Amino acid sequence: MRSISIAGIAQLPSKLAEHHMDAAELVQAVTALALADAGIERKQIGFVCSGSSDYIMGQPFSFVMALDGVGAWPPIRESHVEMDGAWALYEAWVRLQHGDIDTALVYSFGKSSVGNVDDALGMQLDPYYVAPLGVSPMALAALQARALLDARFANERDFAQAVMRARLAGARNPNIPTPTATTVDALLAAPWVASPLRAHDAAVRTDGAAAIVLRAGGPGPKITGFAHRIEPHALGVRDLTTSPSARRAADDAGASRIDVAEIHTPYASQETILRNALGLNDRMLVNPSGGTLVAETPMVAGLLRVVEATRAIRDGAHRALAHATSGPCLQHNLVCVLEST
Amino acid sequence: MSLPTDDLVSPFTLEYTYKRSTGPVIGRFLAGLRDGQLLGVRTLTGDVLVPPTEYEPTTGDAVTDEFVEVGPEGTVSTWTWISNPGPKDPVSVPFAWAMVHLDGASTPMLHVVLSPEASLKTGARVRAKFAETRVGHIRDLAGFEVVT
Repeated sequence: MRSISIAGIAQLPSKLAEHHMDAAELVQAVTALALADAGIERKQIGFVCSGSSDYIMGQPFSFVMALDGVGAWPPIRESHVEMDGAWALYEAWVRLQHGDIDTALVYSFGKSSVGNVDDALGMQLDPYYVAPLGVSPMALAALQARALLDARFANERDFAQAVMRARLAGARNPNIPTPTATTVDALLAAPWVASPLRAHDAAVRTDGAAAIVLRAGGPGPKITGFAHRIEPHALGVRDLTTSPSARRAADDAGASRIDVAEIHTPYASQETILRNALGLNDRMLVNPSGGTLVAETPMVAGLLRVVEATRAIRDGAHRALAHATSGPCLQHNLVCVLEST
Repeated sequence: MSLPTDDLVSPFTLEYTYKRSTGPVIGRFLAGLRDGQLLGVRTLTGDVLVPPTEYEPTTGDAVTDEFVEVGPEGTVSTWTWISNPGPKDPVSVPFAWAMVHLDGASTPMLHVVLSPEASLKTGARVRAKFAETRVGHIRDLAGFEVVT
């Protein structure tokens, strides 16, 4: 494998609502920051790849209009995934393996404030058997959470503790809305919304953007492993209490000797599943940014985990794991392992 | 959150603007629902997939052409109680979503349970309740009710 480094990172602050920047403006701002961080000029970039969702942005081919923010003239080599930007990063990493170009710019953007994210996520469900029922992502996560409780892999206090950890760490993160201080007992006193999940067990949805510049060789954290795996679409054939796809992605990415992990948990109950599947333990720092429970920008949350893992390495960690997820009940999982150079 | 007054606001209808055909397997299941029948399909390894798909999800193998009637009773394998249904929910009163393992099936299916919260538990026995008007749609199955 060709050695690829993270040459530059950037994010825009995750806000509950970004009313004043459209998609192209978000992209222009975040890609300029990432290029400056890498010390690379726009015209030096060999490949551009983005991740976003038309359903979330509320406009067909919204990613094409957002390209105005990159500067696509003279013509550039460009691609897009209708997914979280972490998968755009994967495509760019694969593209760099070809060896004919040395740099790639990856970005993603999302606005949860312009529509109903749950409705958009419903569009990815089975169109015959599941989507017409109108089930919400939270109800599906609750079915998974109940299975976890029944298997005695976790209890409701574990869910509340995951929220507490996220809020405490998130309070030190200048790029997210300030989390509300609370206690585990206060969280557990809240009513169920989709039992056994409470409103605070769902990630706080935000607007934002993130970008990464990849470079073959050179300084910066090195990607030592990168993999993604998916489970069947039909919920009934999956064991919802474990995440075999996250486990396989972690194995394939060589996720061992990790110091810091940034994991993508749309719901607090999923942290237990991912800690088990990714082999995380209490000796590791998990989600020093606060993670997605305190700020989850759709289509950005996963790429931002890689940005945060890069920051952890720049702050002195040796090996960091970044995880992204997609689909109902952690259907699709991606793991990227970074190492300091 | 209130919007600043200088923002532009536009209506947006979220939809997938294509017609789908249901095909020989899903179509057979939906026709079964219309007729008040729950059908699974047998895989090459002998499992009965409910609801049926044209392929075995973990291997990608084609399924056999043998359809098997399952239910109408089954067992709840996991559930969640929705205390305040929203406009997108299929029923307007509090209800449960559940994965129901129908008798004779190898896999559980997602649907609603229309019984009081106190009667819900993992392992509860439930029975299919069909809608009065049926058109060949997943909601021809109104849901399940706990069998006491």
